[in-house]
Amino acid sequence: MTLPAVVGYYEPWWVQVIKAILIFVVALSLVPAVLLAERKLLGRLQSRYGPNRVGPFGALQPLADILKLLTKEQFRPTTSVGFLFAIAPVISILTAVAAFAIIPFGDTQDIFGTQVGLYGIDVSIGPLYVLAFGAIAFYGIMLGGWSSGSKYSFLGAMRGAAQLISYEVSQGLALLGVLFSAQTLSLTGIVHAQAGMWYVVPQLVGFLIFLVAGFAETNRAPFDLTEADAELVGGYNTEFGGGRFASYYFAEYLNVVVVAGITTTVFLGGWLLPFGLDPPGWVDPIVVLVKLSLVTFLFIWVRATLPRLRYDQLMSFGWKVLLPLATVNALVTAIVVVATH
Amino acid sequence: MAWHPGADVIEVQRAPAPGAARSAWRSVRETLRGLRTTFARIPEGPVTVQYPEEKTPVFPRFRGRHKLHRFEDTGLEKCVGCSLCAAACPADCIRVVAAENTPQMRVSAGERYAAVYEINLAQCIFCGYCELACPFDAITMGHDYELSDHGRSDLIFTKEMLLAEPLERTPLRREDE
Repeated sequence: MTLPAVVGYYEPWWVQVIKAILIFVVALSLVPAVLLAERKLLGRLQSRYGPNRVGPFGALQPLADILKLLTKEQFRPTTSVGFLFAIAPVISILTAVAAFAIIPFGDTQDIFGTQVGLYGIDVSIGPLYVLAFGAIAFYGIMLGGWSSGSKYSFLGAMRGAAQLISYEVSQGLALLGVLFSAQTLSLTGIVHAQAGMWYVVPQLVGFLIFLVAGFAETNRAPFDLTEADAELVGGYNTEFGGGRFASYYFAEYLNVVVVAGITTTVFLGGWLLPFGLDPPGWVDPIVVLVKLSLVTFLFIWVRATLPRLRYDQLMSFGWKVLLPLATVNALVTAIVVVATH
Repeated sequence: MAWHPGADVIEVQRAPAPGAARSAWRSVRETLRGLRTTFARIPEGPVTVQYPEEKTPVFPRFRGRHKLHRFEDTGLEKCVGCSLCAAACPADCIRVVAAENTPQMRVSAGERYAAVYEINLAQCIFCGYCELACPFDAITMGHDYELSDHGRSDLIFTKEMLLAEPLERTPLRREDE
């Protein structure tokens, strides 16, 4: 039995292949950009320069970092479980790239007579797909930490597991309000439903919950207990070095981009512009990238500002504040949607 | 045994614990205040001194690498090899071997001169006691602090090195700075 996917048109296989390559290229070039932006902006937010030695204004710093990491020895502790130790970073990077595939960068375009959607794939289960891959991504952290055979890694992985599970619930519930209003699970459909007004306005509570849960899902400050450099010397990736560490790093920053992309799509109107502006189709990806960068800037800004939460604070905030708030938000939205229809 | 405080004990007045709503509002407000604080650093610009290119000026009394001095008019060394600096040195890093001046070879203004004058800067703690102990102001602390070298033996400064006019690698602080 095949499940019917709701896509409005059929794309030839070669378009799919080209799109897959293109998306990987975009992802590969976005990650160093975000990496550099984070380090430069963190510097500026803390009254210092950030990297400024490699290349003009330190622009080649990520390249130097990657080169350094990739030429390092693939070290493995004797206590580690080899197979899992090797596969864990792969899982992390795989899920991050897979989640990136469904972020729509624009509407369906007519390029040289071929109908092409400016996204990897328009799945009919959009947010569920993201949440599913987010859940698998946690295996990357969990297995990585556990298979290292080191207590710091193990602690980090345990914290990561508890944190991701706790905040995934709130994240999903925060999206429910939007899904009720949009009446669709397709991400392009959600963007089209925001033609009148972006969901950030009617779903402000959902937006805030999603954002906070997004910080937790990407293991970033103030929820970076999984890494916690000060206490756990790096957490789950303590024992990783060289290319494997680079993979974790890549996945982490790609996750930031993915969460920023989902936020842009679901709450900030995707490629839509306010005030009835309707630019030609080629502007759409630029609009999405600008919004995405703004959300990423917020991530960096918050990292520069807020200190790390204590473990019990993290848990009580997730379960006692975010979850009830998300539930009430979903309920109220459901009632409003039913009452107005 | 019950403790009965006297009349002079003052009860500590504490503010009432904030309610749930107020503490929630307070955490939101403080978060926003923190975000504003960090963002305000961007227009201010960095305060970094980019060290190898820019250097922080030192104060006039900064105690850097030592200097030995000569009389400006005669060109004779001020050091008379009395070893008071070596005696004052708490780190025991100064080695002085004195020799007699002869009419043929007159090195210093006094009766004797320092044939060997070595300071081991790897041991020196830059306390400046040698400068204080010297009766002729022959040794003073300079302003140079860039003293790293490739080996420990390279840090033993001989008399010629200490007498040589040092490279002015360190900016001096101006009056108003």
